[in-house]
Amino acid sequence: MGEAQTKAPGTGTGSQVQASAERARKARVRAHWLLNTPALIILLCAASGPLFVVIIYSFLTPGDYGGIEWAFSLDGWFSVFMQRDIFEGTLSVADAHMSILWRSVRLSLLTTLTAFVLGFPTAYFIATRPRETRNVWLFLITIPFWVNLLIRTFAIMELIRNKGVINTILMSTGIIEQPIQMLFTDFAIMVGMTYVYLPLMVLPIYASMEKFDFRLVEAGYDLYATRMKVLRRIILPLAKPGIVAGSILVFIPSLGAYVTPRILGGGKNMMLGNLIALQFGQGRNWPLGSALALTLLAMVMVALLIYVRGVAKQDSGRH
Amino acid sequence: MRGDTDFAVQVKGVTKVFGTGAQAFRAVDEVSIDIQQNEFLTLLGPSGCGKTTLLRMIAGFEHPTAGQILLDGAEISHLPPYQRPVNTVFQSYALFPHMTVAQNIAFGLEMLGKPAGEVRQTVDAMLTLVRMAELRDRRTDQISGGQQQRVALARALAPHPKVLLLDEPLSALDYKLRKDMQIELKRLQSETGITFVFVTHDQEEALTMSNRVAVMNQGKILQLGTPRDIYDHPAERFVADFIGDTNFLNAQVVNSAGGKVTLKLTAGEEVTADLPGGVAPPVAGDSVTAVVRWEHAKLTAQGAGQLSGTLANVVYVGTDTHYYVELSDGTTFVSRIQNSRDDELTFSEGMPVGVSIESNGVQVVRN
Repeated sequence: MGEAQTKAPGTGTGSQVQASAERARKARVRAHWLLNTPALIILLCAASGPLFVVIIYSFLTPGDYGGIEWAFSLDGWFSVFMQRDIFEGTLSVADAHMSILWRSVRLSLLTTLTAFVLGFPTAYFIATRPRETRNVWLFLITIPFWVNLLIRTFAIMELIRNKGVINTILMSTGIIEQPIQMLFTDFAIMVGMTYVYLPLMVLPIYASMEKFDFRLVEAGYDLYATRMKVLRRIILPLAKPGIVAGSILVFIPSLGAYVTPRILGGGKNMMLGNLIALQFGQGRNWPLGSALALTLLAMVMVALLIYVRGVAKQDSGRH
Repeated sequence: MRGDTDFAVQVKGVTKVFGTGAQAFRAVDEVSIDIQQNEFLTLLGPSGCGKTTLLRMIAGFEHPTAGQILLDGAEISHLPPYQRPVNTVFQSYALFPHMTVAQNIAFGLEMLGKPAGEVRQTVDAMLTLVRMAELRDRRTDQISGGQQQRVALARALAPHPKVLLLDEPLSALDYKLRKDMQIELKRLQSETGITFVFVTHDQEEALTMSNRVAVMNQGKILQLGTPRDIYDHPAERFVADFIGDTNFLNAQVVNSAGGKVTLKLTAGEEVTADLPGGVAPPVAGDSVTAVVRWEHAKLTAQGAGQLSGTLANVVYVGTDTHYYVELSDGTTFVSRIQNSRDDELTFSEGMPVGVSIESNGVQVVRN
């Protein structure tokens, strides 16, 4: 930098000035790299490093008591999708894994949908409040974040278990005679995940609704659009970026959820997160666990790609 | 009810109160007005006078606290906006940002369930009408303010409403564009034959475009008439003050007969003044306010004319020169004289002068 400064003022020819400007620019870029190093180190150690370890583990042989043997094997990846019959040695699709995979995707989609159905009106409600009171509503939405996830999940359990609040009320009012089995079902997992991830749906939708010009709604009414048509043709399209972002933010953590399905799903209704944890724990099959984790990662990437492409399409349309 | 359908819109004793209790605000106060078919009617008034609220009640965005609104003789006060064959051009245009120019114009037609072919035809016709055919596939944020204005107009005209409501649509445009749009609006109104109800606080807009002007203040209509009526015969002090440049003179009634009043000006001599309709005839001895437009008086030599005073200020404004005369009773009187190239300044500041008011230049207004 100092070098560039001494040469620059008037003494050099045009090309010299240009060259020194170029040097200064490069120096600035180098300086930026230096400033970026802490972030890069954290990124390498905390994200890329472990990911690299997991990729390597997925191609190794499981150790007898957990851990890995340093011998190449495709068994981990193989058993994600296929299984070999112990006695006959025939190959078949790994039904258990497929059903867990399917349950994960299905419950995550259902959770996303439920969170949208509940979250959109909530976000709309907050966005239409007077400016001064909006922060109070947002504050209320974020309160559950302050309580430990485990405690919130146990609270849901208390609500839906056989002798829980809901069943007790329903039975005492005589609506049902036998308690409805809700705990340890897919339904319980979905309710739990919806509850936990709802704010992640509300906040991005609110962010896009807050910028929304409500005079457009009046214009819609004026042009003969009924309430439903205004919602479908004007409000939803304009809130789409928020809706897409919220859906991604709910879908991705739902797909890999561990605590909620573990507690509310009981032992048998596993989701991907539980299956992965199982392989690293009792299953003592780290390569399979790693391969499953990478499968989950791939699914998340696909979801993100769809999102990015959707947003890009919208942006190119706007400008 | 017979004969009521001669009117496009009838507003009957409509009141709109916002808020309750101590905060209650009467935005519109028992307003009645009959808007004729194919008329260009302007609601003119300062901001907060209730003109926009009245427009929004005709559109259906607000509902009257009391009174009735009739469209073609049928009561519509209780209908939601999407059931009223009335369209609005919004001050902010409120174009849909996620749609193209053509999609914006098609929106109302689609909502009415018109067949696709008819929608396309009407959209094309509208694009031609507002001279926007080349920009049909642009996004609304890719076009200029004046073009957005045209799209907003086309969008509101496309469903061929019985009445088009315009809420200060020209206020966001610059001076030149505003001038062009005034003529454009007038053209569109005569070409489509649709009744226009136009809201503005700009007197010039109101006078140039309208068939009739309703001057509003504090939730009431003070005067309704043709631009000429309103300008030449303001009935209220507020109207005279709001529209045009006006001198107010204190005077005493000498006698009053048959629409004419003889006044003794406090700062001058006796003059004959007009008494516009709607102003109660005063009796001799009453104190009244007389108005004289700036352009209806000129300076003369001291002693001549109905008023006398000292020339305090001469302001040259290009087309005209404004002469500020301090009258003997302390009030300031302004005379506007059109300039011509070979004028010579015969009056200079500090001179004692007389003011000569044109015949029919004085009239009495309600205070």
